[in-house]
Amino acid sequence: MEYEQATLQASKTKIDHQEFYQGIIATGPILLGIIPFGITCGIMGLTAGLTQVETVFMSLLVFAGASQFVAITMIAGGITSWIVLAMTTLLVNLRHLLMGASLAQYMIKQTLPKQLLLSFLLTDEAYAVTTSRIYQKGYSAAYHLGVSLSLYFSWVLSTLAGVLAGSYISDPMSWGLDFAMPATFLVLLFPRLKCRISIIVCIVSALLAVAGSIWLPGKWYMITACVGATLIGGLLEGVQKYEK
Amino acid sequence: MRSDILVIIFSMAIVTFATRFGCVALFRQTKMPVWLERWLRHIPTAILTALIIPALILPKGQVDITLHNHYLLAGILTAIVAYKSRNIVSTIVLGMGTMIILRLID
Repeated sequence: MEYEQATLQASKTKIDHQEFYQGIIATGPILLGIIPFGITCGIMGLTAGLTQVETVFMSLLVFAGASQFVAITMIAGGITSWIVLAMTTLLVNLRHLLMGASLAQYMIKQTLPKQLLLSFLLTDEAYAVTTSRIYQKGYSAAYHLGVSLSLYFSWVLSTLAGVLAGSYISDPMSWGLDFAMPATFLVLLFPRLKCRISIIVCIVSALLAVAGSIWLPGKWYMITACVGATLIGGLLEGVQKYEK
Repeated sequence: MRSDILVIIFSMAIVTFATRFGCVALFRQTKMPVWLERWLRHIPTAILTALIIPALILPKGQVDITLHNHYLLAGILTAIVAYKSRNIVSTIVLGMGTMIILRLID
């Protein structure tokens, strides 16, 4: 009996290891886009007057590409009030609330330290890859952690590369490697468009995202698109259920 | 490290963590209602779309539906490959390949 439990435990650990590595591998294509982004973040930090250590420290602690770019740009423009920067960061990152809500049902079953760690590491990219795995095979915390840590270390190390190589590299964002991200997300999106409702959600989200990008500041388009499209999706599902 | 920059970095880190952990912390306390689950089910599709479409149509911040928009051209081709193959490796290789070729010829 004890032996059986031990082997059961051992095979579970083995599966966790495999899923952890699968998570790391799954981030591969996205890293093509993250690395030039991180290098640019490092270079911009120096241009804004931050030291090498400060720039890398920001990537280590904040780990949120878009809001770091916004903050660095504001610091370069002479805005150094921490209240203004914290408020801006809050607005840029509000979309994480929606992703957290969507992952909460799986994450609350994990231990508290794991919940805290996975939350700290939550990004658009980690969310996209992890939910696709949930859609295909169900949730795995080991996989989620593999994805998140791979993105985290790539972000921190590429920021470090940016501050070290700084002046030798000319604008890495112009390489077009950032296209790897929408390309990866396309592969993750298509399997989801199986029913009429999800196709409608996709179309509404696309329209709201474009309209929001034109008329709203910062990352607000993501919140508008997400809230608007999912509300319509939820309502349609309610109607469908009522019809049956 | 200067203390004012340190305060900025810490406040950004705390605020960001709050947005990431907020909902998880909330649903630790209370069970998620059914209507909310039904609503949340569509979030991945909506978020993926909102990440993709502006990156292709407004790569530089303004709407650009011309042949000079490499992101849009490569994006359309990538979408077709992604739809047909459902394979991440071939989609990325083809998509990035297209992007590089477009940059070389333009």
